Amino acid sequence: MDVFTDPENFDAFVSGFVWILKLTGASAVCALVLGVLLAAMRVSPVPVLRGFGAAWVNIFRNTPLTLVVFFCYFGLYATLGLSLSQELDVNIYWLGVIGLSTYTAAFVCEAVRSGINTVPTGQAEAARAIGLSFAQTLRIVVLPQAARSVIAPLGSILIALCKNATIVGTIGLIEASSVMKDLLNSYGNAVIVIFLVFAGTFAALLIPTGYFFGWLANRLAVKR
Amino acid sequence: MRMKRMAAVAAVAGLAVAMAACGGDSDEGGSGTGASGIVGKAESQNKLVIGVKADQPGLGLQTGSQYEGFDIEIAKIIAKGLGVEESGIEWKTTVSANREPFIEQGTVDLVVATYTINDERKQKVNFAGPYYVAGQDLLVKSDSTLTGPDQLAGKTVCSVTGSTPAKRITENYPDAKLQQFDAYSKCLPLLENGQVDAVTTDDIILAGYAAQDQYAGKFKVVGSTFSDEPYGIGLKKDDTTGCEKVNEILTAAAEDGSYKAAWDATLGKSGTAAPELDTTKLTHCGAV
Repeated sequence: MDVFTDPENFDAFVSGFVWILKLTGASAVCALVLGVLLAAMRVSPVPVLRGFGAAWVNIFRNTPLTLVVFFCYFGLYATLGLSLSQELDVNIYWLGVIGLSTYTAAFVCEAVRSGINTVPTGQAEAARAIGLSFAQTLRIVVLPQAARSVIAPLGSILIALCKNATIVGTIGLIEASSVMKDLLNSYGNAVIVIFLVFAGTFAALLIPTGYFFGWLANRLAVKR
Repeated sequence: MRMKRMAAVAAVAGLAVAMAACGGDSDEGGSGTGASGIVGKAESQNKLVIGVKADQPGLGLQTGSQYEGFDIEIAKIIAKGLGVEESGIEWKTTVSANREPFIEQGTVDLVVATYTINDERKQKVNFAGPYYVAGQDLLVKSDSTLTGPDQLAGKTVCSVTGSTPAKRITENYPDAKLQQFDAYSKCLPLLENGQVDAVTTDDIILAGYAAQDQYAGKFKVVGSTFSDEPYGIGLKKDDTTGCEKVNEILTAAAEDGSYKAAWDATLGKSGTAAPELDTTKLTHCGAV
């Protein structure tokens, strides 16, 4: 256990998980907004928007996240010169957020779309009957009901996102998994302990998240 | 039913063949250790298993089933000195983390894989050599004005997460910005595009990257090393005879020019002149 009593290692451990949480937080917000927009596009009456939404989902849901994140760094930054901050870490962080939210938005979109399918057609028909436009129908009638029915799957997506954030380590952010690899290199005799502590910390963060979303889903579900 | 029984017979037959093959292997291993060390194995079997790197251009690089590089040439010289033909060498890919276990368990007879001699490793394995003394250096664009690590303040340096070169930068040159990846190869496109000002690790590894065809003429190694990494040849801890023999072979190679030829054919392509092999620095092979 003396690996983690060394303050230097402990600081690295904490900062690794702080990066993970920051990545998860920012990406979750971006992916949620983007995902709902995409879902709206996919159910909209405009063919171009439907096509765009379908293309996005099919491309990013079927591309390995490693490639997406790798492209954000080596494509957007290294080749096209998109720099988001003078600070090295912060730049990688935002590039990572772009990659993670692009990818996760595809999953959010599909979850929301499945939620929309749970809303009875009569709801939309009634909304149209009282003269609401498509956007109003979606915003006021359909999406609020759809959102309440997909809280549990959104929780799963959030949990996956948090774990996926470790991929940003491959483009040089010293997040939790990079710290773990680093410690494993220097403390070959404590492999099991190091692994258990890192895996355990992830579990400690995410198991409550799962329960919280389960509870929230129960409370907010539209009882039909 | 019938199909099942036939499958079972086939499986048993397969198992028997596999076990016979295993038996054969262990017999060979037995006679190898019996004849004490690599000298004995080379004499009795005309075979050697040599552990090398597979991902280090200019040093040990695998393309298809072929290995090439400076380490490979050195390994060939040693094998020849021990009386083993090139066809008798079995190359085995090692990575930094499994070199000691491979030697200890007898998976390989020798390791020639950018293997820095240090006291910690000496407790587990024996070292012949060094055949090259590398040092941490900087790789920069050929038109760069950077001349050494003292000018790194405010500059971005690229290295591998958790590696000794990366740690040395954070400790000794804290004003430098350090971009860390899991492999040096990721640093090169950034250096080419100007997002990082330098890549740092052992000079010999940098020379290998600079000598790659796609980067020919674009990069240069600065040439002011700021550490000592003597590269040795690892073998079993108790194989003193083998170690002394390897040192003899290296001395001979330095004299007859085959050492220089090995350099020129590989890392020499980066434009760096062949180093002198300082035979006075060779290890004492565990003898105190």
